[in-house]
Amino acid sequence: MLAIKLAIRNLIGAGLRTWLNISVLSVAYLIIIFHNGIIDGWNLQARNDTQAWEIGQGQLWHENFDPLDVFTYQDAHSPISKKMSKLIKQQKVTPILLTQASAYPQGRMQSILLKGIIPNQKIVKLPSAALSSENEIIKAIIGKQMAKNLKLKKGENLLIRWRDKNGTFDAIEIEISEIFDCDVPGVDNGKIWISLANLQKMINLENQASYFIVNEKYKGGDFEKWKFKTTDFLLADLNQIIEAKRGSGVVFYGLLLLIALLAIFDTQVLSIFRRQKEIGTYIALGMTRWQVVKIFTVEGSMYSILAAILAAICGSPLFWSLSKSGLAMPAGTNNMNIAISERIFPSFSIELIVSTLVFVVLAATIVSFLPASKIAKLKPTDALKGKIQ
Amino acid sequence: MLKQLILSITVSLIFSSISAQNALEIMEKVDKNMSSKNRIVESSMTIHTKRSSRTITSKSHSVGNQKAFTEYLSPAREQGTKMLKLEDKLWIYSPSTDRTMQISGHMLRQSVMGSDLSYEDMMDDRKLTDIYTAKFIKNETIDQRNTHLLELTAKVQGLAYYSRKIWIDTERFVPLKEELYAKSGQLLKRTSFSEVKKIQNRWFPTKMLYKDMLKQGEGTEFNIIDMKFDQNIPEYIFTKAALKQ
Repeated sequence: MLAIKLAIRNLIGAGLRTWLNISVLSVAYLIIIFHNGIIDGWNLQARNDTQAWEIGQGQLWHENFDPLDVFTYQDAHSPISKKMSKLIKQQKVTPILLTQASAYPQGRMQSILLKGIIPNQKIVKLPSAALSSENEIIKAIIGKQMAKNLKLKKGENLLIRWRDKNGTFDAIEIEISEIFDCDVPGVDNGKIWISLANLQKMINLENQASYFIVNEKYKGGDFEKWKFKTTDFLLADLNQIIEAKRGSGVVFYGLLLLIALLAIFDTQVLSIFRRQKEIGTYIALGMTRWQVVKIFTVEGSMYSILAAILAAICGSPLFWSLSKSGLAMPAGTNNMNIAISERIFPSFSIELIVSTLVFVVLAATIVSFLPASKIAKLKPTDALKGKIQ
Repeated sequence: MLKQLILSITVSLIFSSISAQNALEIMEKVDKNMSSKNRIVESSMTIHTKRSSRTITSKSHSVGNQKAFTEYLSPAREQGTKMLKLEDKLWIYSPSTDRTMQISGHMLRQSVMGSDLSYEDMMDDRKLTDIYTAKFIKNETIDQRNTHLLELTAKVQGLAYYSRKIWIDTERFVPLKEELYAKSGQLLKRTSFSEVKKIQNRWFPTKMLYKDMLKQGEGTEFNIIDMKFDQNIPEYIFTKAALKQ
């Protein structure tokens, strides 16, 4: 208690030097929390959106299916068994069939992925109901980004060309019945969704699927020859990107924190140098050397406590406002083939704030202790004389 | 009334049978004219894109429809690139990387150097009579030449184009125009053949214009600079070792 009292008195006495130290450290606090909050918010939004729009609670893949190798698509399909059909009826899984194709918007050729989905499925958020057609016109839904690339509007027609299972070309005009707004490139960029029945007929693969999307009602595990892929597996790429972003942020705020800690270290060194007579007096009055070390260490770590209070005063309204209004992403970020929305809502969790506080206080305590530990080697008589050690 | 109906059906059957037979004969004559034991062709391929055009020259040696060896002569960027086709396999040698790559499966469907032709289009030189059923439609005039218009429908599975229309010169039995259709009947590609010349007692079109009808652009022009039939081509040319020489 005495150490804390003395530390506060000394810090107030130091005046501007104290304020400079806690200002720099509070900026470090704010930047660490802000950066991690943005990353956590993005992670949360990307995971939620990817699950809601693309992967559900996992997928069941055909043994030959590799989403990263388009050449596998041609052979990655199998008939849907009766047991699987039962799961489809129970809305536990929904089948997807896919094939490579070409679209010809305004006479340009563009490679696309044609995907078939059941119109009345409820497992992913795709507006597949818009694929139902009462006439022979094949209806399609595309994402906002795809519509922008193809320069297409709702209700317009698009000529597509594909090959059936035997490799024979076929071509037809389809109608864009819906354009959905979604941040998940996996369902938007380069994808055109039509009804499963139409696609099966078009490529002569009646009652076949390439993979299934499952929801929480599905128990998990492989089903017949379909291999179950968990959400962790399906989100692995996203996790890697987020970790890489987090890692690059560490360099930036690590440098800022280093500057703040260096300032505390320098202040401590200067303080010990200038207050040798005071140290000698403490020891002469009966304090042990380690008690004096404690006073100086607490004094140093108090910078981080005061900085945390300052950061809380300045940052709370700012972060609260950011978490409500979100942060607009620069134009073009949704072309980067990663799930990222136009506005990111940062997530400032208690865990994040507490862990940042503990980390900074610990770091400040260590850099305060290092110069203060020299006091343990000080001779009280020399200290009283003010001799430089 | 019944007699008239029977007569009409009989006449129509006889006519269609004659038409089919004629169409087959015409196609056989075309195949005979266009096919040879082997050939050496020096050609140029001009690819027209939206912004520019580029010309690639090459020299090809081929034996029937099973073996073919092509070396690109220009431009400098493509010079030295070689392609070897042995039955249904295709290898490409790139001098810049000094590597030989096999083009197989779905990669055969990719465009050859950005042209309107795929590797598959280039490789599939089976006799049309083997894979299509021919039907005579009518006679037409193209560029002041009389032609037979034949409609070909796939008789085997796995063909890229389900049906074709082909206009055959009635005197020289070479195609002057060809249209390739999708299963839905959508026109996909059109080829125009011109500058028909007599080469070693055969008529052969020396200029071809391939056009993908679904996209804008002027298509890909193919010009035969020099062509020799039935030559002595050494067997080592059709080996993978020849690619790196």
